[in-house]
Amino acid sequence: MSKITVKVGLASCGIAAGAMEVFEFLKQHQQQNGADFSLTRTACIGMCFEEPIVELSGGDLGRISLGKVEPDQILDYIEDYSQGRRPEANIILTEKRDGSRDNLLGEQTRIVLRNCGVIDPKSIDDYEAHGGYTALKKAMAMSAEEVVGMVKASGLRGRGGAGFPTGLKWSFAAQAKGAKKYVICNADEGDPGAFMDRSTLEGDPHNVIEGMIIGAYAMGADEGYIYCRAEYPMAIKHLRLAIADAQRKGYLGRKILGTNFYFTLHIKEGAGAFVCGEETALMQSIEGKRGMPVIRPPFPAESGLWGCPTNINNVETWANISWIINHGADEFRKIGTEKSPGTKVFALAGKIAGSGLIEVPMGISLRDIIYKVGGGMKTERPFKAVQMGGPSGGCIPASLLDTTVDYDSINATGAIMGSGGMVVMDSSTCMVDVARFFLNFTQNESCGKCTFCRIGTRRMLEILTRITEGQGTMEDIDKLQDLATNIIKGSLCGLGQTAPNPVLTTLRYFKDEYLAHIQEKRCPAGVCTLLLKYEIIPESCIGCTACARVCPTNCISGKVKQAHVIDQDLCIHCGACYKACKFNAIRKG
Amino acid sequence: MEKDFSQLDTILQAYQAKPGILIPLLQEVQNLLGYLSKDAMRYIAEKMHIPVADIYGVATFYSMFKLKPQGRHIIRVCKGTACHVSDADGIKDALRTALRLQKDEDTTMDMKFTLVEVACLGCCSLAPVIMIDDTTFGKLTPEAIPKILERFAFGEEK
Repeated sequence: MSKITVKVGLASCGIAAGAMEVFEFLKQHQQQNGADFSLTRTACIGMCFEEPIVELSGGDLGRISLGKVEPDQILDYIEDYSQGRRPEANIILTEKRDGSRDNLLGEQTRIVLRNCGVIDPKSIDDYEAHGGYTALKKAMAMSAEEVVGMVKASGLRGRGGAGFPTGLKWSFAAQAKGAKKYVICNADEGDPGAFMDRSTLEGDPHNVIEGMIIGAYAMGADEGYIYCRAEYPMAIKHLRLAIADAQRKGYLGRKILGTNFYFTLHIKEGAGAFVCGEETALMQSIEGKRGMPVIRPPFPAESGLWGCPTNINNVETWANISWIINHGADEFRKIGTEKSPGTKVFALAGKIAGSGLIEVPMGISLRDIIYKVGGGMKTERPFKAVQMGGPSGGCIPASLLDTTVDYDSINATGAIMGSGGMVVMDSSTCMVDVARFFLNFTQNESCGKCTFCRIGTRRMLEILTRITEGQGTMEDIDKLQDLATNIIKGSLCGLGQTAPNPVLTTLRYFKDEYLAHIQEKRCPAGVCTLLLKYEIIPESCIGCTACARVCPTNCISGKVKQAHVIDQDLCIHCGACYKACKFNAIRKG
Repeated sequence: MEKDFSQLDTILQAYQAKPGILIPLLQEVQNLLGYLSKDAMRYIAEKMHIPVADIYGVATFYSMFKLKPQGRHIIRVCKGTACHVSDADGIKDALRTALRLQKDEDTTMDMKFTLVEVACLGCCSLAPVIMIDDTTFGKLTPEAIPKILERFAFGEEK
């Protein structure tokens, strides 16, 4: 019998869930008892809710993935597997696709993530064994114009959010005159609730690098930067290693593949500023300045980094390139819709059962993503909205769940495709609070250059805070609308132009919640603390005094073994009594 | 100049006369000193011939740069969307209570911990999440906080 391979998923999400303990345990076991299996690592297959994930292969059962693995169980599973028995574990994937939960990956189409959770991201040999760097060879056998033409023909649109046609962008940079040109990979994934780029870079760094080398060849660039958030230490580590390995193998540096083509690649760590995801701000930041956007035109393709023609694409865009070169534009166009070909990676999070990373063909409906791919809601509470596009996006309500995922349909709802964050919300989420949350974020992250963005977002935040505290008036709604319109008009970059979106979409689809806060001084979701009222239900209270003991304002009175009462005038709505009560005798509402 | 910053000279030497170096340079200085004091920024300005206003401008623009001394362990509370809807505020309150932080304080009296809020740690499927130094803790409840802090407070983990 061939040797069993045990593969442990060691991406950030896996490690946070305890995968390193499993890996270390197996390593120690191997050292002490000799190796009857080979132990390897991979990154994230996307099913973060099942972490830690261990994949067994090489036995009669074929590949089989186990979820929520604990160190003390794993040896039994390996034993079972090597005897040809199905381990009595939480099986999440089988090669034969007969596991009941197999459809989690079955609904997906994987281009960008094809190697994630499959290969060892720290091994260039493994990447090559899975077809890595063949696209580069193929591209370099073509002329630069042909490569640009192929990307154009594929219809690929920028995956950073705006959806600008990538091939067209490349052709501008290719035609630009200049002795020196740059290509940049935007990995400053700043949207809260999005982790596509982190997973891609952690799981398959060479794929992004290969895309960039092909792009540099097509546009005539000789230097490139990957601008990555410092909050992603593992992604940066894997990238550094991948760049060194690619250099060693002759894919980067001088005389690439024996030709005169020359290309070097650097990593630039971000220093924590959301606005640096905007391309002109990002270049300012690489130049070592405050990351403030500058007026376009001139566009980066003409005058970008240090005044040279520059092309910037997002991680996911670059990660599509090698597949397109290898399979051709026509194959790519077969996936997705006519105007939005290909796939899109989404980070599912929030109140959804199958949170994690998914890649689906464009044109799929939101309903299918949430209920088929994502496995439905996490709890019994009903679906309320899905937030797309982070602080620049909006909340899409249940009535629009049949919207298909493509740039134009999503834009029509008032949200945006964005980079791919998808946060699912249920009835326990207050939409006014969500709007306030995002405004708080954009207000903090506004660079301050444009007055409307700097001060306007601040005023909007104040109004929203007022509403969540029960001090809102009906006039406030008009003021919000008015400010939103002017901020969109009066801002230079995408941050300001999209900052009001979370407010505008919640006002459009969830106006009744705003009205409940303003007119009835009530938060229907039970989130806004100051609007909550805590009351003791006399029939359920046994007089244990637990609530009275934790109350910080001593506003709960009552004798032992008798029903207690909360003095509403003194209550500060902290909820301590609600948490302390073990008899469900306190009503929150 | 009141304090002696000559320990920075090796770092500054390495960056001399290169373009676009200010951010990595400040990062390295901060790694060495723990934070960027006004005196340190003045020293860099003088040695590197960069206006002190430019340095201060960059240091205050990016959230990574700290202008005050930091605790030995940095606790990052994720305030991303997924964490926000999973009661990240409750986690933050539990941390503040456990660390006995008053009003605007973010560092404990004994300089052991500094509490910061960050936009998103990218582990949304494990919400709510905090990160202490390089270790991520997910699927938290306020009740779980004191036990996690204990592991760091008594030096079990560096």
